[in-house]
Amino acid sequence: MAHSGRRDSPELPDFSLLKRLARDQLIYLLEQLPGKKDLFIEADLMSPLDRIANVSTLKQHEVDKLYKVEYKPIISTSDQVCFLIRPRIQTVKWICDVANADKAAGKFRRYKIIFTPQKFYACEAVLEEQGLFGDVTTDEWAFYLLPLDDDIISLELPEFFRDNFLAGDQRWVRTVGSALHLLHSIYGPFSKIYGIGRCAKMAYESWKEQVEEGDTKARQAEIGNAFLIDRDVDYITPLCSQVVYEGLVDDIFRIKCGCVEFGHDVTSSDKSVKVMLNSQDKVFSEIRNEHFSNVFSFLSQKARNLQTAYDKRRGMDIKQMKTFVSEELKGLKQEHRLLSLHIGACESIMKKKTKQDFQELLKTEHSLLEGFEIRECISFIEEHINRQVSMIESLRLLCLLSITENGLLPKDFRALKAQYLQSYGVDHLLTFANLRQLGLLVEQQPGETLTVMESKVGKLVNDKTAGKLTDAFSSLAKKSHFRALSRKLNLVPKSDEEYDLRVPRDMAYIFSGAYIPLSCKLIEQVLERDSWTGLEEVTKLLNGHEFAFTGSNGADLRAKSDAQRIILVMFLGGCTFSEISALRFLGRERGYKFIVVTTAITNSSRLIEALLGNKV
Amino acid sequence: MMKNKPDEEDYWNSSKFKAFTFDDEDDEFSRLKESKQAVNSIRSLVEEEDDEDEVEKVSWSGEPVGSISWSVRETAASNQKTQREHAFPKINASSPSVSRSHSGYSLSSLFKGESALSESSVKLYAPELRKPKSESKDYISDWSPEETIHRMQQGKVVSLERFRSLQDKLLLLDFSVRAHDGNIITAVLIHLKRTLSKEVLFRELESRQTALRHFIHYLTEIRDHRLLLELLSKRRDFLKSCLNLPFSPEESAHVQDHYTLLERQIIIEATDRLAEHAGKVEIFQKFPRRASILNMPLITTLYYCCFYHYNEPEGTYSSPLNIRHTFRISEKQYFVTVLAARAKLKAWSDLDALFTSRNWLGFTKKKSPLSFHRVVDILQKNSAPTQVLQEYVGLVDDADLRIGLAQKHKCHDIVINTYRDLKDRQLLLGYRGKVERGSAEERKINDLLDSPHIRWKN
Repeated sequence: MAHSGRRDSPELPDFSLLKRLARDQLIYLLEQLPGKKDLFIEADLMSPLDRIANVSTLKQHEVDKLYKVEYKPIISTSDQVCFLIRPRIQTVKWICDVANADKAAGKFRRYKIIFTPQKFYACEAVLEEQGLFGDVTTDEWAFYLLPLDDDIISLELPEFFRDNFLAGDQRWVRTVGSALHLLHSIYGPFSKIYGIGRCAKMAYESWKEQVEEGDTKARQAEIGNAFLIDRDVDYITPLCSQVVYEGLVDDIFRIKCGCVEFGHDVTSSDKSVKVMLNSQDKVFSEIRNEHFSNVFSFLSQKARNLQTAYDKRRGMDIKQMKTFVSEELKGLKQEHRLLSLHIGACESIMKKKTKQDFQELLKTEHSLLEGFEIRECISFIEEHINRQVSMIESLRLLCLLSITENGLLPKDFRALKAQYLQSYGVDHLLTFANLRQLGLLVEQQPGETLTVMESKVGKLVNDKTAGKLTDAFSSLAKKSHFRALSRKLNLVPKSDEEYDLRVPRDMAYIFSGAYIPLSCKLIEQVLERDSWTGLEEVTKLLNGHEFAFTGSNGADLRAKSDAQRIILVMFLGGCTFSEISALRFLGRERGYKFIVVTTAITNSSRLIEALLGNKV
Repeated sequence: MMKNKPDEEDYWNSSKFKAFTFDDEDDEFSRLKESKQAVNSIRSLVEEEDDEDEVEKVSWSGEPVGSISWSVRETAASNQKTQREHAFPKINASSPSVSRSHSGYSLSSLFKGESALSESSVKLYAPELRKPKSESKDYISDWSPEETIHRMQQGKVVSLERFRSLQDKLLLLDFSVRAHDGNIITAVLIHLKRTLSKEVLFRELESRQTALRHFIHYLTEIRDHRLLLELLSKRRDFLKSCLNLPFSPEESAHVQDHYTLLERQIIIEATDRLAEHAGKVEIFQKFPRRASILNMPLITTLYYCCFYHYNEPEGTYSSPLNIRHTFRISEKQYFVTVLAARAKLKAWSDLDALFTSRNWLGFTKKKSPLSFHRVVDILQKNSAPTQVLQEYVGLVDDADLRIGLAQKHKCHDIVINTYRDLKDRQLLLGYRGKVERGSAEERKINDLLDSPHIRWKN
């Protein structure tokens, strides 16, 4: 597991400053409402809040009771109520209901809404409409960025993905610009900014505008270059099953805000435990980026070492024993606890994955990525649907099929869609509409000549052969964008070579050597060339919207400081742990350090769930 | 509005005490800069009109429409004058609002040199508020649509009320779209929704896709379904000519099917609930229904019918065959569902019948639209006994796959027979170690190994 980087890696900037900044501002805002008050916190803000402050911090600033926002009448008896919420119309409406109910009951209270990271006009318009503007005061808590780990910063805005890409609502563009501005003003100035994607471009412009509005002071840069990328540039990567440990843990147990809850199947007791997963966990930090197949052997080696360390006790005299207990034992116990947790997690993962035929699932994914045996893949997916196996998994495979093949053949599309609706409910018509809108699951538009040919041939031969012929025709007519990209960027390594997952030779190791994540490959290529030059064909296939700008600090650029090797990568619409692992690998290889900033951590389930239309 | 009047008056009067400050000058300067930007960008608007698709040509033909006040916000903001209580203690805080909710004090001043928080985190009402009333009004009315959008982005107070002509309103909208700030786009749309008739608004939105999508999202969020529906149907009519998006005949067929299914579920549910209560039908006693079948997907319904109504004649609503035909369920899907349901009931003979087909010579043969290794998988998940599994494992075509499955499910006979057919003595010897000592399997292996009739390849 000891990866030797080419050069010594530069030190990462200290992001705990961001937490301090946010905490201090929250305290300031709470003090704007002097006296005892009850605080209502929106459910999805609880974990982020936990990472920067604790109950005693809040109590010190006269927060009396804490409640979760639950859209029910409130029971608070306090005469001051504070709401800490995301700027959502539904939540503001609920607060209006609360305030108006109090009014009707002749109860007088002070209300304050703290929107984070910013307020929206539409929310204030609700207050105005409800006759409460002014009675309910509002403020903003500019809590843009939550450092989840030394090299991961999250905006904790999972709704960014749906709002921006599905609804086409640009409400978060300025937020992202502000977040970038914050990073830039503390850790910048950046020497260069690259990016690709429509939203990335807009966020860049918003950021630039904010830089121009404020005054920039010359300072020592701690971050060199920045790279902005839209999630819709690469949907393939987040749709693949994750097989690197951290990604796998996220796929199975769902890591929330850097913390995972292991159930009793992992802890082998009747209690579940919440564990922080970050570089502080010495066991985890060594296995997080490893392919799952290596993790077991690593853990058992670790367990043997631990046993030896414990065994040292034997034959110790009193004095030695005393030092052992005071110096080593605590560390060993801690390691023991972590080891047994991760071993438990591995076992649980194995059990779950064997049950769902993970091997075959991976084979199908790899075939799709390679463009090999597509008919077999389709029938695998069909059976998946027929058997009513996970509704999310079926959609994920359908989307992978569609993107890699540049759309499904009309007859496949109709058949699979009909079966999907039959298996999981007709309300998924809306899901299909959503997926089509994003281009994730579409029907090919066949050329006319092709259809004629096909129907003629179809009459001569039986159905299965006709299907194969049709495949052949359509692949002649239209090459998939993904295939073209894959060829140009060498995303799919040759399958005839053995791939040693213990000694990865490229980023493909995160997908068992079957595929190099497109997003990370683009970043690698641009950094290598220091521009988009030479990638014109690639960007054309990705619908363009690429950009590269040199920052204002030409002087800093020449001073080849360590900071130049620190690269900030911002994912707009979420990034996966697998991508983070791939970038860490790339960093080790090239002597970079990557800082990943993302609107939220995502994975295939979160991505698909955000697009479900059956719950409306 | 009226309610706020005295406060406002008070406020402005008191504001006059404030003398000229450098901030004012700053503001002048920035205004100059802003207007320069405005001029520049108007030029660019003129020059590169067809540059981006979201900046549509403004239609100049619309007639001005009456407007209602949107700036109640602004006057209401003066309620928050209490922020200045410490400076002007004489002002009577007529509204009970909380003190100092807005303040020029910024946390970022704690971190000198970090300008990040100062503008965006705290709304600076101060520059406007400090100006004498009349002068300030002049200033407000001077702001161009673009300047107004720019100020809104910075969270400053603006008045949208004075943009009364359609042309101005649309300029506001187009500049907001240009700024890529969804918050502002929606803010302008809220103003337009209040001050334009929906016919005019819809008409103008047709050619402004970005704004239209924001409007639809906003209506969805405020749950204004009535208006949303009107807008969507209008949009559909508009789109019909070029696209046949979510209203294709294929989709209406799905909806029709769903309707038929619901009707049927209602009938089945009513009958079965009665039967269950009466306690006369054995299957309901043995396997009580866990949930109502209403609103379940089609395949779940089929599964249910395979479970409770498998042998019914095709004429009944709940017969699996009837459901299969009514809803054109594919053979494979039908097989999978029957298989799962009957396996759950351990009705192995039903499965036997399901897979058996007779050819024209009268020989029976097992056939499946689903590969047999999948069949085995489903059976095994329903804990089928080894004899049953063995039968289906034996039907797997691919020898490697068959051996793999046979080993996994301990179907020794199949493994042994396959090795025998492969004439692989070594593998057979190896397998002997895996079967139980003294078992029938071991004897069989020994017999084979001793047999003089087999010509082993190794």
